[in-house]
Amino acid sequence: MTATTPAPSIGRSLPRLEARDKVTGRVEYVHHLRLPGMLYGKIFRSNVPHARIKSIDTAAAAALPGVYQVVTIEDIRKVIPHPYYGPAFHDQPILADGKVRFAGEPVAVVLAFDRKIAEDAVALITAEYEELPGIFDEIEAMTSDVLVHDELKPASTFPDLQHLKGRKGTNIALDYQLRRGDTEAGFAKADHVFEHTFCSQQVMHIPMEPFVSVADYQDGHLTLHTASQGPSFVRIEIARLLGLPENRVRVKVPFLGGGFGGKLYIKLEALVTALSMVAQRPVKISLTMEEQFYMVTRHPCHFTIKSGLTKEGKLIARHCEVIWNGGAYADIGPRVTQKAGFTSAGPYDIENVSINSYAVYTNRPPCGALRGFGAPQTAWAYESHTDMIAEAMGIDKVEFRRMNMLREGRPQASGTPLRDAEIERSLDHILDRMNWSLPFDRGSGTIKRGRGIAIGFKGITAPTTSVAIVNLFADGSCALYIGTVDMGQGSDTVMAQIAGEVLNLDAASIKVIHPDTDVTPYDMGTLGSRSTFHMGNAVKLAAQDAMGKIADLARELGLPEGANLPLADMLRKKYGMQAGNIIGTGSFIPDYEKPDTTTGLTKKGTPFWGVGAAGAEVEIDIETGAIKVTKLVNVADVGTAINPKAVQQQLSGAAIMQLGFTMTENMVFRDGQLTNGSLADYKIPTLLDIPREFINEHVPNAYDKDGPFGAKGAGESTTIALSPAIGNAVADALGVRIHDLPITPESIFRALQAAKGTPLEDCA
Amino acid sequence: MSTTRTIRFTLNGRAVAADVAAGETIVDMLTLRFDLKGARESCGQGLCGCCTVTVDGMAVSGCLSMAWFLDGTSVETIEGIGTGGALDPVQEAFIEAGAFQCGFCTPGFIMMVRQLLDAHPDPDDEEVRHYLTGNLCRCSAYPEILTAVKLAAAKRKKLAA
Ligand code: FES
Ligand code: FES
Repeated sequence: MTATTPAPSIGRSLPRLEARDKVTGRVEYVHHLRLPGMLYGKIFRSNVPHARIKSIDTAAAAALPGVYQVVTIEDIRKVIPHPYYGPAFHDQPILADGKVRFAGEPVAVVLAFDRKIAEDAVALITAEYEELPGIFDEIEAMTSDVLVHDELKPASTFPDLQHLKGRKGTNIALDYQLRRGDTEAGFAKADHVFEHTFCSQQVMHIPMEPFVSVADYQDGHLTLHTASQGPSFVRIEIARLLGLPENRVRVKVPFLGGGFGGKLYIKLEALVTALSMVAQRPVKISLTMEEQFYMVTRHPCHFTIKSGLTKEGKLIARHCEVIWNGGAYADIGPRVTQKAGFTSAGPYDIENVSINSYAVYTNRPPCGALRGFGAPQTAWAYESHTDMIAEAMGIDKVEFRRMNMLREGRPQASGTPLRDAEIERSLDHILDRMNWSLPFDRGSGTIKRGRGIAIGFKGITAPTTSVAIVNLFADGSCALYIGTVDMGQGSDTVMAQIAGEVLNLDAASIKVIHPDTDVTPYDMGTLGSRSTFHMGNAVKLAAQDAMGKIADLARELGLPEGANLPLADMLRKKYGMQAGNIIGTGSFIPDYEKPDTTTGLTKKGTPFWGVGAAGAEVEIDIETGAIKVTKLVNVADVGTAINPKAVQQQLSGAAIMQLGFTMTENMVFRDGQLTNGSLADYKIPTLLDIPREFINEHVPNAYDKDGPFGAKGAGESTTIALSPAIGNAVADALGVRIHDLPITPESIFRALQAAKGTPLEDCA
Repeated sequence: MSTTRTIRFTLNGRAVAADVAAGETIVDMLTLRFDLKGARESCGQGLCGCCTVTVDGMAVSGCLSMAWFLDGTSVETIEGIGTGGALDPVQEAFIEAGAFQCGFCTPGFIMMVRQLLDAHPDPDDEEVRHYLTGNLCRCSAYPEILTAVKLAAAKRKKLAA
């Protein structure tokens, strides 16, 4: 299309299109947005985890000079009669409605033109509660008669949750089942049976740009500016709440200062919308870092895994009992339960598998999606279990994995065959980078050294849709209209590369139009490693569609085949001046087969497989339990790396995040109260935590036949196997197994003492 | 209720004045009164470095320091570095090394790296890790940030030569 052919886009480490704006601090975030006449909202939160609200006294706050209004659910009900929302269940009230279900739940909001005045006024609000017994532990919640919700209210958008409608007397929000073969018979035939339990703790996304949304409601039209990963979902759900058609709800999203799964579905959007309707003015709410811990978190997970083996070491039966602590509101928890449930037996070829996976309500802050969608919690269990079995059977850990590994074309537990998933090559790559075959220094004196490996995989949420528009202007320059949110992963750049490749344009010259639901077409959401694959395919189709239209135009103009007249000249020929556009559209939804309702089996349950493997070396001081991860290797199968540098950043960034979830991060609760909800007490990784040897690579020459140019998602793969690789290294160093995350000096010291027969007392 | 005071100071090389309230932080002043967005509040507790600016050449947490006390000082923010439309060598190095993802922490890191290189023109790995440990990046661009610091040090040396 241009006279000089640009370098091919695919496989090029193009710097981010917005790089300059980011290093100069000029890049646009909702964080900074101010609208004329805008009010700031500050949230008054419950200080008890489970209670009936007897009264809320807002008089003193309302009387503070400068306060515009104090809003409770009573005010909201006047503008939104059914103020409940949620992606899976309509269980979450916009503000507490008669009851609070976790400590930190929003109860009232002060609106003021000055943020400081709103803050001061919140301190003047008081509420009286009739406290109810709380339920915090997922196991107890399974059978407790303390109920978080009186009745289950599934959203109509999830057909597989409809059987739960109106169910009463339970905290179980979803019971997912998979049945393959005959597990009981498998165990009966087995020569050896092993059973272990592993737990993962509650952690938080901590985006550096805290949650923020601005709503501007005027005369039946709403504009939302929000730091959201899912603008299309926000529009559809808010339109439902308001009873408006989609075209009256406009959702705009600039860049995000991090998301990691937290900024999905409805977060502050319903609240600011209601406030803007009540106040008849634009309203902004920005959370503080501390408040983020009450917005959404990652599920604690309790996983009991049982395996039956032949005496040769072949896995023949496995049962998984996985319980997810979802907190007070379901958010997308039921999907986590199901998606992570589906792969919870691990990347192994096992004839008889049964899986029960439960989403459970408790009186904790709500849990939702977080980088990996449950896969890291399940891999922590199945890969620790794998090492424990190999050890007990006296089989080499690598050989044991190879013997049982799921291979190309073989059906995974769900019956969906493994396809374009480089599990074994990922393992080989790890072994190579770990120098696994060389002798290993095991430390001396009180310093013990160990090393471990793990492999893992995940399925991708399906079926989901992405739509893209390519617009070529009269001068031949190009804009791409997509709903994918660039939250740091580099999607703008990667999508421009895909379009550039097809259109034969320099990717850096393409403008990517940020999500604005009045302008950009539908996309299910920037989540679960789906964008490169789904939106990438849609962009490719849109660009091909545009190329087809250019070819039509050439024919219409009677140009000879192969004339290669620049588009600008063709349009000038057609319209007699610099005018017109070429618009290409593309929409993509992968093949999918709904799982059987009783067995959970399906021949096509995931559009592609995310694959990750990890290796770790640790150094432990057995006198103190102090642990250092001295080497960490992460390998992922990303198919084709469209932008190798961006892929590398995703692999390493995801690994470091998971390193935090493995070693330090833990939301600690006492009687349902979070005790460490601030960066002062909740430690995320810093530069000092990066292992001295830190290697992150993708499997070379991998290719996914259904992905755009062979690519698939890369944002989560290195979260999966990391924790068990470290846990296995700890066990290798000490001969002692840690079952619960995080792995801290204290937990190591306790495990060492327990192994010596002198366990330390528990501190409550 | 709120007492205000007129302060005069230098902001990115220009003499400016502002009427600031007693409890007003530097970040609030910069965003609300000067429309500068590079220093931004994240943790609000002096723990993350997203709000870093320099006052008389010393890096401070703009979320904790009060604007009130800026009278007579010289303040520099990310918007003031680089010359005549050209990027500062540290900014260039951050782009070349790919030392950011979402970019929210980036101005704070860049301000801190400039101070690091002023004090230690040729820092080793250990010095860099310790010096920058008060800057948090949740996207965890840390390995690339280490590379960027080395690159920036080399660029500065070349410029000085
Ligand atoms: S916002 Fe100032 S240090 Fe975090
Ligand atoms: S680049 Fe996102 S927090 Fe550092």
